[in-house]
Amino acid sequence: MKARVHVMLKDGVLDPQGEAVRHALGTLGFDGVKGVRQGKVIELDLAATDKAAAEAEVKAMCEKLLANTVIEKFSVEIA
Amino acid sequence: MKAAVITFPGSNCDRDLAVAFERAGANVTRVWHKDHVLPAGTDIVGVPGGFSYGDYLRCGAIAAQSPIMQAVRAFVAKGGYAIGICNGFQILTETGLLPGALMRNAGLKFICKTVALKVATANSAFTSGWSKGQTIHFPVAHHDGNYTIDAEGLARLKSEDRIALTYAENPNGAMADIAGILSENRRVLGLMPHPERVVESAHGGTDGSVLFRSLLDATVSA
Repeated sequence: MKARVHVMLKDGVLDPQGEAVRHALGTLGFDGVKGVRQGKVIELDLAATDKAAAEAEVKAMCEKLLANTVIEKFSVEIA
Repeated sequence: MKAAVITFPGSNCDRDLAVAFERAGANVTRVWHKDHVLPAGTDIVGVPGGFSYGDYLRCGAIAAQSPIMQAVRAFVAKGGYAIGICNGFQILTETGLLPGALMRNAGLKFICKTVALKVATANSAFTSGWSKGQTIHFPVAHHDGNYTIDAEGLARLKSEDRIALTYAENPNGAMADIAGILSENRRVLGLMPHPERVVESAHGGTDGSVLFRSLLDATVSA
């Protein structure tokens, strides 16, 4: 079973890297970009076979290590 | 004073920190990240700067899960002293021993220069050698020193007088110009600037030695 975790800075936390990317896009002539947020995608290959159990386990991994919940939010997809 | 200085894979200020403690008169033991216990009789743990585990995932995130940090958690819970400098500060926030988080510098650049700091409180074993409001100079060398905390946490740091040092001119976007903070019991200090890099005149300054000496006084009389 595979899991994909998206980690993003929380809304309201300034993302300086996203801002720099937005400026660079503007320099390239892409004027319509109102905002850019940059995050991480983490893919996990799991031994688990039960979808609900896998999701609960990956959420625990996010809370403990994969995300810093002081500044980041996360979402989990199981496939 | 017995100091234990931890080395993680990628630490690069561990030796400097050990020397700074020794110059202040401490008996220093070097500890490896895979160790499960601190040396008997340790008074203070030094968590050094550098790039532990290559800054993988987030600065300090992997080091926070290392065996020795479990021992440091237990040591601090019993009232032990700890100082985390630069990457050490990031590790202490990732372990939850200090609140908040250190984000990428607002200007996105790695900053390496000496900065002016204001002593925001003299009420700690680390800062008692200065007076409140005094200006001191330490070097900074970091990419992720932009201190962030939620509004409630910041209000708490302020009301409990736990902001130890602030930048005279904010180099990295840190909230409330914060350069260093104290734990609730005031025995854990995390700071981005490097006091261990200004402990002898050949370093170009000696402001850092004040911190190590006052720490020695506090732990000897304790």
